[in-house]
Amino acid sequence: MSKDMTKPLLSVRGLTLDIPLARGTLHAVRGIDFDLYRGETLCIVGESGSGKSLTSLAVMGLLDKNIQRSADLMDFDGIELTRASNREMRALRGDRIAMIFQEPMTSLNPAYTIGDQLIEALRLHRSVSRDKARARAVELLEKVGISAAASRLGQYPHQLSGGLRQRVVIAMALMCEPELIIADEPTTALDVTIQAQILRLLVDLTKEMDVAMILITHDLGVVARVADKVGVMYAGELVETGPAAEVFGKPMHPYTRGLLRCIPQPGMTERGGELGTIPGIVPSLIGAVQGCAFRTRCPHASEACGGEIPVRGEQSHRFLCVYADGARSVEGEPA
Amino acid sequence: MSAPVLELKNVAKTYRVKQGMFGKPKPLNAVDDVSLSLNRGEVLGLVGESGCGKSTLAKILLGLEEPTSGQVLVDGEAIGGQDRLALARRIQPIFQDPYSSLNPRKTIADIVSLPLRVHGVGDAKSRAKSVRETLELVGLPARVLNTYPSQMSGGQRQRVAIARALIMHPEIVICDEPTSALDVSVQSQILNLLNELRAEFGLTYLFISHDLAVVEHLATRVAVMYLGRIVEEADVGDLFDAPRHPYTRALLNSVLTPDPSLGVPDTQLGSAYPNPISPPSGCHFHPRCPFAETLCKTKAPRPVPRAGGHVECHLHDPDSTMYRPDFTV
Repeated sequence: MSKDMTKPLLSVRGLTLDIPLARGTLHAVRGIDFDLYRGETLCIVGESGSGKSLTSLAVMGLLDKNIQRSADLMDFDGIELTRASNREMRALRGDRIAMIFQEPMTSLNPAYTIGDQLIEALRLHRSVSRDKARARAVELLEKVGISAAASRLGQYPHQLSGGLRQRVVIAMALMCEPELIIADEPTTALDVTIQAQILRLLVDLTKEMDVAMILITHDLGVVARVADKVGVMYAGELVETGPAAEVFGKPMHPYTRGLLRCIPQPGMTERGGELGTIPGIVPSLIGAVQGCAFRTRCPHASEACGGEIPVRGEQSHRFLCVYADGARSVEGEPA
Repeated sequence: MSAPVLELKNVAKTYRVKQGMFGKPKPLNAVDDVSLSLNRGEVLGLVGESGCGKSTLAKILLGLEEPTSGQVLVDGEAIGGQDRLALARRIQPIFQDPYSSLNPRKTIADIVSLPLRVHGVGDAKSRAKSVRETLELVGLPARVLNTYPSQMSGGQRQRVAIARALIMHPEIVICDEPTSALDVSVQSQILNLLNELRAEFGLTYLFISHDLAVVEHLATRVAVMYLGRIVEEADVGDLFDAPRHPYTRALLNSVLTPDPSLGVPDTQLGSAYPNPISPPSGCHFHPRCPFAETLCKTKAPRPVPRAGGHVECHLHDPDSTMYRPDFTV
């Protein structure tokens, strides 16, 4: 396999997911584009129902059968994922593309020991001896910060705390030295102290092993601290994408700014003061969806927002808005 | 300020947990000698990791659990002697998950008016009026009266839960992770609402949350709980600006503010949360504490006063050999 650093590891163009329902078609994901390079972390942030989890499942080919996936391009290191067979996808998953889900208890089999599951993860894709696989399991458990790793192999998932379980899941994801890790809310079920430890581990390991990561989360704090690139998702679209420093330093889309004002920011928000809000609710994505989906909640909505929405911004930092400056000037934000 | 509206005096709750089929039950001190007092209009933020006893404490306050020892006083009266119904008039809960805390087969009008009917307040007409007024208060239109919870969004459901809690005009509201299940744009609406209602009715909140940024925003006092004990308690400014206990510092460190120039912090909490059935000796926090010395393993620290509250740590105890008056973490 070629390790071309100038070409993205994963390139997605026009990814669309439609779910046929009795009431019409639900346009859950509506034409999203992104590139991911080796060693890079892309955080997709959005509220529930924005389509962020479906996007990650679409990349892994784990969508329900009733969901229709189409894309102009879904290129993983030269493999067109939209045309890959189930067998090819199975060979990729757990090997070159690894997954980490929110609840570690559901991604581990309660009836098998940690060791059995780690060893199987490797031997499913590689022809190595059990002893070799065992040695690798011990090595990785130590790497993810589990003490007395060798003795843990005989333990069952229920004997471990939530934080330890998530470490085991991460070790399992790393068994085959993946090139891409997709982590869907990997720390949401954990305590804040454990969350920081697990995120630190993920960041360190992905940098050290030059692994690309897509991290799905609803937590803007996690995004800011972990992401190289950010994609803000709203109603099935990436409404703003760009390097983390730019998206947080100069958020262009009114939705991104709205989200940032909703969270209390220590040192910046007045204690006990009023927090920003985004009035209204996410619109239905059933049937024809036209114009900017955020216009029903946007303070700057105008008639033009119901029409075609242009892509604005420079090459790396892009957003979808009828206003050239994303209405920053109207809100009195510096240009 | 007059007498505290809520006072806990050396409250403890011990469960007996069976170990295996033949093992002898072992004591688990879920709440260990907790003393707190809350004045009217205060918001006490209660923080700590899962399993530290936050929710057990909430259950004791709601009268759902009997404390093993100690006293809970509401307006100076011990709640042990009062019946559940009388207590429910004064203390009401708002729970985390608005999906499971509302009966899916009842209309919103039924759900919100239930406390009135249980307490036999007024007639049908006055109850209906009261329900409409309360719904308006929490920002729900009257047209939701005959809808069911399944027809509402998460934020609307949490407003229904708040309406149900407030309809009896309680003095104290126990908010157990009230916004954890909500999206951020909805969370901020609910937090604003809780703040407005407190100002308007002089409500007192016990606000349990794992989100320290939210606690800092809403609370006036903060208590940090570790293995059943309040290891530090202080006014919100004192606690967040100058945390004394190493555990408080670790918790504050783990808050991820949306600042991309900072990486993921190192909490320096090596090992995992200890098993509460066999808590570490001495100071329960010593195995995870970067400042621990031999004394911490043998002797439990006593509560000592700190600016705006108290802290349990040898580093802050003037009678301790480890005392470091200049120590700020």
